[in-house]
Amino acid sequence: IHHIVQNGGLYKKPFNEAFEETPMLVAVLTYVGYGVLTLFGYLRDFLRQWKIEKCQNATEREEQKDFVPLYQDFENFYNRNLYMRIRDSWNRPICSVPGAKVDVMERVSHDYNWTFTYTGRVIKDVINMGSYNYLGFAQNSGTCQEAAAEVLSQYGAGVCSTRQEMGNLDKHEELEKLVARFLGVESAMTYGMGFATNSMNIPALVGKGCLILSDELNHASLVLGARLSGATIRIFKHNNMQSLEKLLKDAIVHGQPRTRRPWKKILILVEGIYSMEGSIVRLPEVIALKKKYKSYLYLDEAHSIGALGPSGRGVVEYFGLNPEDVDVMMGTFTKSFGAAGGYIGGKKELIDYLRTHSHSAVYATSMSPPVVQQIITSMKCLMGEDGSTLGKVCVQQLAENTRYFRRRLKEMGFIIYGNEDSPVVPLMLYMPAKIGAFGREMLKRNIGVVVVGFPATPIIESRARFCLSAAHTKEILDTALKEISEVGDLLQLKYSRHRLVPLLDRPFDETTYEETED
Amino acid sequence: MDFKRVKDYFYWLYFQYLLITCSYVLEPWERSMFDTILVTVLAMVLYTAYVFIPIHVRLAFEFFSQMFGGQPESTI
Repeated sequence: IHHIVQNGGLYKKPFNEAFEETPMLVAVLTYVGYGVLTLFGYLRDFLRQWKIEKCQNATEREEQKDFVPLYQDFENFYNRNLYMRIRDSWNRPICSVPGAKVDVMERVSHDYNWTFTYTGRVIKDVINMGSYNYLGFAQNSGTCQEAAAEVLSQYGAGVCSTRQEMGNLDKHEELEKLVARFLGVESAMTYGMGFATNSMNIPALVGKGCLILSDELNHASLVLGARLSGATIRIFKHNNMQSLEKLLKDAIVHGQPRTRRPWKKILILVEGIYSMEGSIVRLPEVIALKKKYKSYLYLDEAHSIGALGPSGRGVVEYFGLNPEDVDVMMGTFTKSFGAAGGYIGGKKELIDYLRTHSHSAVYATSMSPPVVQQIITSMKCLMGEDGSTLGKVCVQQLAENTRYFRRRLKEMGFIIYGNEDSPVVPLMLYMPAKIGAFGREMLKRNIGVVVVGFPATPIIESRARFCLSAAHTKEILDTALKEISEVGDLLQLKYSRHRLVPLLDRPFDETTYEETED
Repeated sequence: MDFKRVKDYFYWLYFQYLLITCSYVLEPWERSMFDTILVTVLAMVLYTAYVFIPIHVRLAFEFFSQMFGGQPESTI
């Protein structure tokens, strides 16, 4: 069942997003499982406190036992009693380039995951469904690698200074012009770390007396940047435009809390693709709202740049909109370009302001030259300027892989969240024992997946997250799908009853979302 | 051949029990403790059902038959 949104012609093609509801029996059994684990957690904590069992986790020293306790909150309880038991599915060391296949170092634990020892063997050619390698640029051979090696021999690896002092290389200037041309904006600025791009630049843009409207499921870097800035933060429900419009109306009508003065700036923080849900932001509606209520938009395209759109230019191109409508376009080079770092693009006055006022430009070391060259080569390849059609082929291959993989998983009967076109595919597991079991069974069958549990997701909605890549061929995907189906039958993961929650799509007037009740 | 399939099926059912009650992640001594407690509670429930349900069913049957059968007598 596809829900086609026809909001006064804002969307040029169908927007198919679905979040199937948790089956009631599965939810009850998940709570039962967590109840059993909590009881055993209390028992183990009791044994550790009365010294019947050796305590291997971090505790306070003897002299500090009478101080305010450090490790008694739920997060630490969860960490030592639940996370430790299934810890071998995370932090797996890999020892090759994270392409379509990767080598994983084998490790065993003799004391139930408190310590690990390496057996010395390496598990070769594990199918990599966890790396953010959307366009397949993570390679150790080819044009990108040769260009980066040449720059490494010319400039060395370290920059040894910040951007404002002596760390502004000509390579950085070249990269920024290229990024601005790629995005279709006036000017751009790049930073050495993607997380720091968000958390250090939002405080430079907004301050006290401003309002930040941030989506419920925004990434930690956006949340940290918003909190550091000192502005008032209000949260709207995930991808829900009625909630956002209500908040905007309240902000304009009532102003600041005590003084009732108008807000200095209203900034809307959204992401292109949300990595835990696989959902795509409703950008045409957000831009229509932004123009109507005269606020600013900060779009974080960490996962969507390179992965969406007919030529890989991100979520703005996917919806066919004008890049100049988005005031601050932010993105990272980690995911689709096989490098590290982030960028911010926008009008020239904005970027010139950020060059002097951003904390990251003043205090953080600038990007390393081989990494800059990797981005330049991969971006030129994506735009088609190096003379080959490799970029276009990669983008099309990724779109095909996405559609094929999602269709096959849905047909098998798994519950998959998110939009039909997003290359991030979350598969719901729900029960805590299945998180550990899924990770281990998949590794036994030579497929590496990322499973996600409590702090990153709500407690009963644990999931396995597949990240598709243009480097995956159809044979690799077929092998992976066969194994996933086998493990799904073994662990009873095929919960879907093909009953979708209907999206709140009602045909509205183009710019107004009048609601009689909340 | 059939025995192997039946044995595999029962092993799969046991594996589902381990996953649902999260005994899969517990250490062996915790698993035995949980199994013992569960078996004890189930045995007590079954014994109570065996002893008390026939008596309760009989009493309920008598109560309802008295209520419906005794109505013509009470109106006259």
